[in-house]
Amino acid sequence: MSQALFSAGGIHAVPVPMPAFAGIARAAESRETPELSPSQIHVSQASFFYGAKQALFDISLDIPANLVTAFIGPSGCGKSTLLRAFNRLNDTIPGARLHGRVEIDGVNIYSPSTDVVDLRRRVGMVFQKSNPFPKSIFENVAYGIRVNGLASSRADLHGRVEESLKSAALWDEVKDRLRESALSLSGGQQQRLCIARALAVRPEILLMDEPASALDPIATQRIEDLIYQLKTDYTIVIVTHNMQQAARVSDYTAFFWLGRLIEHERTERIFTAPGEKLTEDYVTGRFG
Amino acid sequence: MEKREPVRHFQEELGQLKARILAMGGLAEDRVQSAVDGLVSRDPVRLDGVLKGDEPINQLHVEIDGLAFRLLALHQPMASDLRVIVAALKINSDLERVGDMAVNIAEAAHRYLALPPVKPLLDLPRMAEIAQTMLRDALDAFVKRDVDLAQSVLVRDDLLDNYKTQIFRELLTYMLQDPTTIEAGLELILISRHLERIGDHATNIAEDIIFVVSAKDVRHAQNLEP
Repeated sequence: MSQALFSAGGIHAVPVPMPAFAGIARAAESRETPELSPSQIHVSQASFFYGAKQALFDISLDIPANLVTAFIGPSGCGKSTLLRAFNRLNDTIPGARLHGRVEIDGVNIYSPSTDVVDLRRRVGMVFQKSNPFPKSIFENVAYGIRVNGLASSRADLHGRVEESLKSAALWDEVKDRLRESALSLSGGQQQRLCIARALAVRPEILLMDEPASALDPIATQRIEDLIYQLKTDYTIVIVTHNMQQAARVSDYTAFFWLGRLIEHERTERIFTAPGEKLTEDYVTGRFG
Repeated sequence: MEKREPVRHFQEELGQLKARILAMGGLAEDRVQSAVDGLVSRDPVRLDGVLKGDEPINQLHVEIDGLAFRLLALHQPMASDLRVIVAALKINSDLERVGDMAVNIAEAAHRYLALPPVKPLLDLPRMAEIAQTMLRDALDAFVKRDVDLAQSVLVRDDLLDNYKTQIFRELLTYMLQDPTTIEAGLELILISRHLERIGDHATNIAEDIIFVVSAKDVRHAQNLEP
């Protein structure tokens, strides 16, 4: 887990504008379209295998920068597999392999020259179950900054920790108890701490795998508000079983079914007038 | 990075929806005013403005429906939020109809101005004043969530109905006495009918607002009360 979040510093790739996804081009006609942003993650004809079992079939899609993209679909549809492909978290699984291309900022992240450790700093991840280190609140956030050598001084380290906790909307609740154990926080606070920890190493992309499914409605609301704020500075991809959550927080939604990408469109369109019958059946609960 | 206040995406869009409803209400009210002013001051240019200027209201009509549709689909609103959005959809239709009524009044007024006047116009401007105030108060009640103000709109609807009947009877006597006044008289009767309809739409809006604020459905209830 920690290897996904922290690693030695590296050189940022230069963003290269990618060809626009057809859905984005269509969405440009809509009044409600957010500013057209260049694609930051570009997936081209990607297939994924766990040993002999194929989990993803010929996926091509573009994830726009500084917007929230939600992956939805029934269990086993491959949405988490694709999410984990974006920071090569699947590499740790024996027999797992990807065919096709996944590019971030125009660079193929599966090329042999990729610094996977740096990739995982640039592409942070927040998991379903909050997983703080059994250390103080402060140390949880400071860890990645230290390991990556990002802070120039003690004051800088403190400043970065504070900034990350503020970005994760947690600072006001923990500023007087930074030395207390992270495990003393509530579930919702622990999840926001994990988000602060991911933000501390200044990633470009934030991947979230069911970030609120273990939380009560109030804590879920706070995470959703946070996602809405964070997209100003980060590209966010969220996997969720909760269709309503996808509708509330995302700008684009991709619907997966049995390892295939069925539809990738503006969220508004997916939930009001989907183009595919399968999508319609899924979002209206007529599935299976 | 400065800490930002939590932003409620949904609340922002809901605020936008309400603001668009008010903008549309303002437009509808202006157009009724222009149509009646054009009639009273015998100003065909003013009437032409009403006949040609329906587009902004039509655009808002579509935009508001789209906003409400989007909020319902993406946010699954509950309780008072749900009531506001459903009411906004209905108020939107009522306001669009008020805009159409303004056009109808301007058309009838145009035809009326081409004929010799039947009589000085006294009751019609009064009727128009009442209908417009009802509309304005209904929208004020929407902004202020004011049930009493909305209730006062419902009461005034009877006043408009009475004026309409009175105008009809008065014009009937003119028309019986002098058949050459029939054409002009009918146009004025039509206009009074349109103004009465505007009052009905204001009443619908007021009823929706009472539902939004108190969750009580007061439609068709007046006759049932002791």
